[in-house]
Amino acid sequence: MRFIRRYLVPRLLQYVLVTVLGITVVFAIPRLLPGDPVENMVATLQARSANLDPAAVEKMIHTLREMYGLDQGLFQQYLTFWKRLFAGDFGPSLFVFPTPVIQLIGQSLPWTAALLLVTTLLGWTIGNILGGLTGYFPDARVLKILDGAVMLIRPIPYYVFALTLLILFAYLLPVFPLGGGYTVGTKITLTWSSVRDVLRHAFLPALSLTVLLVASTFQTMRLIIRGVTEEDYVRYAKIGAVKEGTIFTKYGMRNAILPQITGLALSLGGIFGGALITEMVFGYPGLGFLLYRAIVNVDYNLLMGITTISIGAITTSILVVDLLYPLFDPRIRFR
Amino acid sequence: MRTLRELLRNGWFSVGAAILLVLAVLVVLSFFAPDDPTAWRVAPRDLRPSWEHLLGTDSKGQDVFWQMTFAVRNSLAVALLAALISRAIAVTVGLVAGYSGGVVDRGLMFINDALLVLPLFLLLVLLAMLVREQMSILSMAVMFGIVGWAWDARLIRSQILSLREREFTYTAILSGTPVHKLVFREYFPFVLPLLLATLISYMAWVVGMEITLALIGLTDLRIPTLGSVLKWAIDYQAMLLRLWWWVFAPIVASVALFVALYLISVSISDYLDPRARIQRVRAR
Repeated sequence: MRFIRRYLVPRLLQYVLVTVLGITVVFAIPRLLPGDPVENMVATLQARSANLDPAAVEKMIHTLREMYGLDQGLFQQYLTFWKRLFAGDFGPSLFVFPTPVIQLIGQSLPWTAALLLVTTLLGWTIGNILGGLTGYFPDARVLKILDGAVMLIRPIPYYVFALTLLILFAYLLPVFPLGGGYTVGTKITLTWSSVRDVLRHAFLPALSLTVLLVASTFQTMRLIIRGVTEEDYVRYAKIGAVKEGTIFTKYGMRNAILPQITGLALSLGGIFGGALITEMVFGYPGLGFLLYRAIVNVDYNLLMGITTISIGAITTSILVVDLLYPLFDPRIRFR
Repeated sequence: MRTLRELLRNGWFSVGAAILLVLAVLVVLSFFAPDDPTAWRVAPRDLRPSWEHLLGTDSKGQDVFWQMTFAVRNSLAVALLAALISRAIAVTVGLVAGYSGGVVDRGLMFINDALLVLPLFLLLVLLAMLVREQMSILSMAVMFGIVGWAWDARLIRSQILSLREREFTYTAILSGTPVHKLVFREYFPFVLPLLLATLISYMAWVVGMEITLALIGLTDLRIPTLGSVLKWAIDYQAMLLRLWWWVFAPIVASVALFVALYLISVSISDYLDPRARIQRVRAR
């Protein structure tokens, strides 16, 4: 019982407050700026794409007015905003009017989820194992070379790295397709050739994401494990002639992995924001690419929908990891 | 000075500092540029690099070399300004929260944690989309500065929490030192090295963020920055037209800047790490 009162309730309260704060910021941003938000939105939209059908614009303004409810008081608007949110209604998309935003997100989510789930888990695992080994055996020749390679890769901007891969393996050496999620004109089925086609398209984006995640995980893990190996209990185990392999896995990695788990939670929650730059460079049909199209076409509704979902996903995944933490760290017990 | 000498003994730091020096020379040169960086058609278009145009010219009729001097200058200006703003907020929040504790502390740390968790990039995009016409160097720096202080404020706060229990705090309070004097005169020097260590990685974050925002077209593309020069090159299909000098100039410059900032930040935090310091003293 004490656990519930002292830990669970404050933690849940914090979760709710942070989520509400984030979503309130989303609500406030268009309303804080001078001028009528609907007029502003439509004006930028028209400036971008000149050949809009006037009737469609009229209809758009009407729907937006109804959605924002600007003739009501601010508090009433806020209540309506939340009511729509709980119904999963983010309004119609502006650039593929009047498809609902939620439907567009639903179409893109599986692509991004599959790509990012695999690369995040893979990159995190490989990065931690290699980083752990390098931190624990700093004198091994192979690992030293690896350390140097990571030092070189790490500062490369994401965009440049992805573009280089694209130029090398799709343009100069056409091993992989130039972009997209599947060959245009084909339907995705569960046959081998179709699956292979999808995997071939996903390979380069996956490679770029994995390599960069490995590099960043590698470096933090190497630092953490260097600290752990200087702890007294590791020294004691060495004096007590515990096997080197056991010290590395059970004494070193077991303790060093804990801070990394929070990082994993953040990346997993970030999946719902998509991988903007990667998907943009490779034209991969996921959430990041949808986000990019929303930005280029000034689709404010779509952008708000993606942001709101992403806020919910990140705060929830951190909450889940916080509550599961005692499973990984036996020293922490909820009492 | 002694600190600098000791840092220069670290090979990585010297490499980083050397690259940064080259970039600094570019910044200085930008003040002697022959043309207005925003003017088009001041040079023949699509020329290969030559003595007259060191890095060639682009399809807008601008000299790429002089464009790059402005780009480096503006990108660094945004990074430095944003760093100053965010550091100022971080110090104030960290000192106040750490020293006063209680409700103030909890309130400030709540905002702090929210900033750490929320997807800042998406929120920045949301804001940038509506103010894109007014995205000057200054407003960009303010925008990045306002969201980028959370991590450092937390570090500073925990430092202050431990300083507050130290002997000299009690001596100061008993001898009647006013609180603001205690906090800013006595505590600030302890916090300073922490600030410097994170300053550089924060600047790298800002430069990267600026490039990303420019690539998706959310900054004022008339102002040359590392991001906007690259964006123009890509929009004009410079890669397909084989105008490699136009694409490579911003890419090489930004990679150089990232590598330099990264090497310097790694060697500074190495320098500040007490464990590494012991090893250094032993080695001598």
